[in-house]
Amino acid sequence: MAKKLLIIGAGMASGRMLEELLDRAPGAYEITLFNAEPRGNYNRIMLSPVLAGDKTYEEIVTHDDAWYAEKGVRTVFGRRVTKIDRAFKTVTDDAGETHNYDKLVLATGSDPFIIPVPGRDLPGVLAYRDLEDTEAMMKLGAKPGAKAVVIGGGLLGLEAAAGMATHGVDVAVLHLMPTLMERQLDEAAGSLLRRSLEAKGIKIHTRANTAAILGDADAGVRAVKLDDGTELAADLVCMAVGIRPSIAVAKEAGLELGRGVLVDDHMATSDPDIFAVGECVEHRGAVYGLVAPLYDMAKVLAARLAGDTEAAYAGSVTSTKLKVTGCDVFSAGDFAEGEGRQEIVFRDAARGVYKRLVIEDDRIIGAVMFGDTVDGPYFFQLLKDGTDISDIRDTVIFGPTFAEGGAADPLQAVAALPLEAEICGCNGVCKGAIIEAIAEKGLTSLAEVQAHTKASSSCGTCAGLVEQVMAIELGDGFEAKTVEPMCGCTDLTHLDVRRLIVSQSLKSIPEVLQALEWKTSCGCAKCRPALNYYLLCAWPGEAIDDGQSRFINERVHANIQKDGTYSVVPRMWGGMTSSDELRAIADVVDKFKIPTVKVTGGQRIDMLGVQKEDLPGVWEDLGKAGFVSGHDYAKGLRTVKTCVGKEWCRFGTQDSTGLGVQLEKRLWGSWTPAKVKLGVSGCPRNCAEATCKDIGVVCVDSGYEISFAGAAGLDVKQTEFLCKVATEAEVFEHVEALLQLYREEAQYLHRMYKWLARVGMEHIQSRVVEDADSREALSDRFRFSQSIFQVDPWAERARRDVDAHEFKPLAEVA
Amino acid sequence: MDVIVSSWIDVGAVADIPLRGARVVKTPLGCVAVFRTAENEVFALEDRCPHAGGPLSQGIVHGRSVTCPLHNWVISLETGHAQGADEGRTSSIAARIEDGRILLDRDALRARAAA
Repeated sequence: MAKKLLIIGAGMASGRMLEELLDRAPGAYEITLFNAEPRGNYNRIMLSPVLAGDKTYEEIVTHDDAWYAEKGVRTVFGRRVTKIDRAFKTVTDDAGETHNYDKLVLATGSDPFIIPVPGRDLPGVLAYRDLEDTEAMMKLGAKPGAKAVVIGGGLLGLEAAAGMATHGVDVAVLHLMPTLMERQLDEAAGSLLRRSLEAKGIKIHTRANTAAILGDADAGVRAVKLDDGTELAADLVCMAVGIRPSIAVAKEAGLELGRGVLVDDHMATSDPDIFAVGECVEHRGAVYGLVAPLYDMAKVLAARLAGDTEAAYAGSVTSTKLKVTGCDVFSAGDFAEGEGRQEIVFRDAARGVYKRLVIEDDRIIGAVMFGDTVDGPYFFQLLKDGTDISDIRDTVIFGPTFAEGGAADPLQAVAALPLEAEICGCNGVCKGAIIEAIAEKGLTSLAEVQAHTKASSSCGTCAGLVEQVMAIELGDGFEAKTVEPMCGCTDLTHLDVRRLIVSQSLKSIPEVLQALEWKTSCGCAKCRPALNYYLLCAWPGEAIDDGQSRFINERVHANIQKDGTYSVVPRMWGGMTSSDELRAIADVVDKFKIPTVKVTGGQRIDMLGVQKEDLPGVWEDLGKAGFVSGHDYAKGLRTVKTCVGKEWCRFGTQDSTGLGVQLEKRLWGSWTPAKVKLGVSGCPRNCAEATCKDIGVVCVDSGYEISFAGAAGLDVKQTEFLCKVATEAEVFEHVEALLQLYREEAQYLHRMYKWLARVGMEHIQSRVVEDADSREALSDRFRFSQSIFQVDPWAERARRDVDAHEFKPLAEVA
Repeated sequence: MDVIVSSWIDVGAVADIPLRGARVVKTPLGCVAVFRTAENEVFALEDRCPHAGGPLSQGIVHGRSVTCPLHNWVISLETGHAQGADEGRTSSIAARIEDGRILLDRDALRARAAA
């Protein structure tokens, strides 16, 4: 006679176990299946699609009455087993009926955790566990203006929230932690998820601690109150803060328990005739709430019951997927940052994609993805198998097609450029032309590509990009020089980034970070100021100046000092001043009790020790006397130092003072890669020290000698001769063109001498001196840029209509 | 006296601080820097870099860190600890957002006197 097998619970674990058992050993047992819910096995994890209206209940039923009848499974549904008598091997149900067993399987699942707040028992407060809960939430949508509050921003809570939102319910999610699904997602994925849920109209409250649920027993729930006093109106409250193994009956029977019913690798409890499977189980210290481990356990238990003594369960590694339409989320393993762990991050702005793999000892130990999760199972397999990924590391993030197709492509940004994308701006060479030349002429070195296509043969800023195109085309056949990336947030160099900003028409920092696959969420203090400059330089009038990406001095237009006060240097054109100006400065110094006044090396006056809050007042008074900012704090045009020239000096050959003033009036306000200082001397005795400035003009009888790339700082350099011109007008055009070329080509924080050292004098002379069209185009671009940026920042702030918040404390607390 | 003493002090609206920015709250015990991250979180630290006392409120905010304007130390907004190879810590003050307002922990503000 067949042995009697009793199964308590008709959830997903027991359903799968039944199938496996009946396949392996049909007729071995006389089976009775109990379920407290008035129905048989259904695919509980598919309740969310039912709630969202994507599926019907009938579609998620795994076993119907006909199936049980056909397989000879006796069902007792809608009754709860309340007692197990291990001595007599019987169970008793809540109808008082007793049933015998030879083998008993506990598949009691889990109970939702109900947070112990007042009002938790009110009508309208439910968990999200079964079909009844699902139906209650679906019905809510029929009521116009219905509001629901979901407590818990984990997997289940968010699925409940999104489901109700599709029925037109006004849903708010309360989550105790700062990040949604914080156990499965990192901050970046969590915030993308938050944004896409908010786009569905769901309100998300993080760090929200529920204090009470308000309402009364007759009318039901009315609102949820947070510990900060906020009240959120609610017609329904769904509590989805977690689950606990359902172990009451096992406890009553005296089985050994941990957090769940303790089982060995064969799914046996402390009683050899009683087994347990699914969410009610604790195995090797782990309790599972996801479907995959339940199926693994079910398979082992079925084998065991069918007589296979070898079958053993070794635990599961789990992965999670959120079932919300339009919010594709995948997470698996451990993705915390830690010593010895590295990460690979991939982003795609256009598609809203974020992927992150955490690597330890050349193995994937964690994966989190948002937006595109198709490769989730692939990463998960690598993770479970502990596959050594050192060979495919560069490309693994792109998924199996890339990683195993041999198409080594770590240079996604460049690979994604269309053939017509311009790589070399100087010579107008597009990506397709470089690829064609490589293929047709069999080029293998950068020098050959430069020789044949002219790409990167001028200013050289695109050499990195050309090398990347070559790496893509030639694969292992090409070894690029190792280059210094811009910062830890990217592998691209400054010059790569500059070129890509232009060729991909990137016009804001967030666009750059996504399009160029930045590895950090919002950059760092190194890259952000550089990007802000590159954008302003490339797109004057289009890119928005981001003050928060500027160093404090440029953000508040004064120079921070070691004690947190600021220094103020008004512009004195060409070093010229007057009694009125000096009187105004003296008055400001007295009025604002400025402790130190010093003459600078750039022929100006520095007021040191100004309190930040006093800056607008100081500027207002200076402005009344005609002063504008001296930009002594800026990566921009600073001072133009002059000598008195032929007006006073017995050796003077030209009006060096007047020339210096005019130059300063043309150039002031411009942003540059690093500081720019000018000097104009009236004769070769060079009293204005023009030949150690970034740009120097030395007047001679026959005209003006222009030189540049001097420095007198960390490095001391004499300027290099650029050209000699005959008129002041020519000086202006050459200097503007030179400055513009520097602005467009140099790396951020590189002064002119570093730029010259990289690109060479020949290149600069060809663009600024020899080619008049080029010179004119450069100086036109400079003047256009000046039409946007030549604004006195002090005047704007003295009127208190720009960045007023900078100069006031947020609050004063007694 | 019949005054209700809350343990949190309202110091202003979240919107009063630019995203990726900071402002100071003046107290008799010195300034407190209140930061707002790109993710719209707020954090509060003593406005003094552990290195040379630089005003952290004037630094560039990136991720959950701020770079000190004086010598580029990077300080964690969450813990006040210096990041990377640098060592040191600035004390932090619990901060939270409620209805768009920034609240600072009154006790933590007071406790700074003892520190």
